[in-house]
Amino acid sequence: MSNTILEAKNINKYFNDPIRIQVLSDINFSVNKGEFVSLTGKSGCGKSTLLYVLSTMDTDYEGQLLIDQEEMPKRNEPFLAKIRNEKIGFVFQFHYLLNEFNVLKNVMLPGLKQNKYSEEEVEFRAIEKLKILGIEHLALKQANHVSGGEKQRVAIARALINDPHIIMGDEPTGNLDKKNSDLVFDIFKRLADEFNQTLLIVTHDPSFAARTHRIIQMEDGKIIHS
Amino acid sequence: MKKKLLINIANGLLMARWKQTLVAAVGVTFSITMFIALLSFMSGMNDLLDGLIINRVPHIRIYNDIKPNAHQPITLDRNYKTAHHFISSIKSDESRQSIYNSAAIMQAIKNDKRVLGFSQKLTAQVFFNDGNIDITGSMSGVNPVEEGSLFHFDDYITSGKSQDLTKINNSVILGKGLAEKLLTNIGDVIQITTSKGERFQLKVVGIYQSGLRDIDNVQSFASVSTVQKILSKPSNYITDIQVKLKDITQAPAMAKEYEQLFQTDAEDIQTANSQFETGSSIRTLISYSVGITLLIVAGFGIYNILNMMIFEKMDSIAILKATGFSGRDVQNIFMYIAISIGVFGGLCGLLLGFGLSSIIDQIPFNTAALPTIKTFPINYNPKFYLIGMVFSFFTTYFAGWFPARKASKIDPVIIIRGK
Repeated sequence: MSNTILEAKNINKYFNDPIRIQVLSDINFSVNKGEFVSLTGKSGCGKSTLLYVLSTMDTDYEGQLLIDQEEMPKRNEPFLAKIRNEKIGFVFQFHYLLNEFNVLKNVMLPGLKQNKYSEEEVEFRAIEKLKILGIEHLALKQANHVSGGEKQRVAIARALINDPHIIMGDEPTGNLDKKNSDLVFDIFKRLADEFNQTLLIVTHDPSFAARTHRIIQMEDGKIIHS
Repeated sequence: MKKKLLINIANGLLMARWKQTLVAAVGVTFSITMFIALLSFMSGMNDLLDGLIINRVPHIRIYNDIKPNAHQPITLDRNYKTAHHFISSIKSDESRQSIYNSAAIMQAIKNDKRVLGFSQKLTAQVFFNDGNIDITGSMSGVNPVEEGSLFHFDDYITSGKSQDLTKINNSVILGKGLAEKLLTNIGDVIQITTSKGERFQLKVVGIYQSGLRDIDNVQSFASVSTVQKILSKPSNYITDIQVKLKDITQAPAMAKEYEQLFQTDAEDIQTANSQFETGSSIRTLISYSVGITLLIVAGFGIYNILNMMIFEKMDSIAILKATGFSGRDVQNIFMYIAISIGVFGGLCGLLLGFGLSSIIDQIPFNTAALPTIKTFPINYNPKFYLIGMVFSFFTTYFAGWFPARKASKIDPVIIIRGK
């Protein structure tokens, strides 16, 4: 069990507005190091909600969340921000790059925030990540001057900059065409196989899920298969 | 390192919207400029108007007041010492108006280290005769040298020379209004009648204009000895000793002290002219409130622009939070933006404010009431610049604080899931 990265214990969540509905009921599962896990289910089954609970951004839940075998507190925003910065990388459906900065700076931002390496080292590491993703030639372009597929790859590089324990994705290929989705999937696959990177990706694309190591299937706020 | 990163991000956001930022900064600049110019001008005007009074009014005036004697016969009776006295039809004393033992008092004042200087004075009520018209007026006997150095006497002599009062025997300086009524000019001889009926011929050597019309219509000046002669009094007859102090704030205390010491009446400038202080403080209050209102309006401008910026940058804030920036970091980023707008706008405002006051300082300002003033008065007090800077800092700080706090409270889940 020592290589468990993420563990959910008895997680329940309710939406209170307009009426109290249970959206997650008794979620128990864990993700081990190096696993490429996909979280699937129909729209509204609570898979995204679960992901945001696991991401520490949503703290309005019952139960326990352990990241790297450490229990996450619910009311310590600066501490949770630090955990997200150091241990989790995010890739969303939308790229969320800052248009004010160039590609390199966008990738560097979480690294500079972590403040573990000097600015030169962070820059070097950022270029390395861009090289892994084959987009180092874009480094000095403004973020809004690169294409949609490239933006998503920049977002993946940003997720990787602090060597996170786990990368979480919320429909990372949802906005991309077939070619770019395949490209992004191949990157994830390569990260899992070559770099032993743990990934937890929410998707409703069955072909995407089918190619991952493990599928967690949800229905009506419950895990029906994991 | 961390601070540098936040400033770096703030800078990026600022530059991306530099036109909006500039508008916000211009708002601050404008209000600080007006604040500085307004206060400099108002305070210059205040100093001028106060100077009208304070420059020529003594800080302490020593004189004998006309009032009932404090020691009535009944109070001296031992039998009624503890009783309450009712005295009716009491009359003011017919004591002498001249200061008793004036030479010794003047010597004592001269030796007082707190005193800048003093001048002696006496006043006579006279009639100026012009054909069959008699104009009531007052004639002050002054020593023009001391009067000039202590009370800016020469500033108010619009033609002629004050020194001629002592050089030319039986000479007089007339108030402007009075001279106009008598149709006289320098070199003419006028005739006066004293209250006791004696007549004198005096030569006009100067025209005096104080700026206060009521005074200019009745006032005239002659040398001390001339007035003593008119009143047929000896050369130690002095009714007023006017004292100017090194520190005006000591006047009330010293007036009491002199009253005790010399057994006369002494009046300090604060008691005699309390209405002027009230006037100045109200004018100052008005200029400050206008200035501060301007700054608050500029503050609302910054508030609006930051609010808009936060609305536009929701996505950026969400991803910053997702990738590990805490609410406090986000708040700091927006505070840096607000404060840099405030400091930049404020500094420009100080420079422009100085420029605007210099321009006002050059505008001609000629008025009959103020003979020595040629341009608008400006007070270049560094205090206004300091207040302006501090205020621009604080208004932008508070204008930025609320939007920045709002930004720090943004829930990234709502933004990201909303897409």
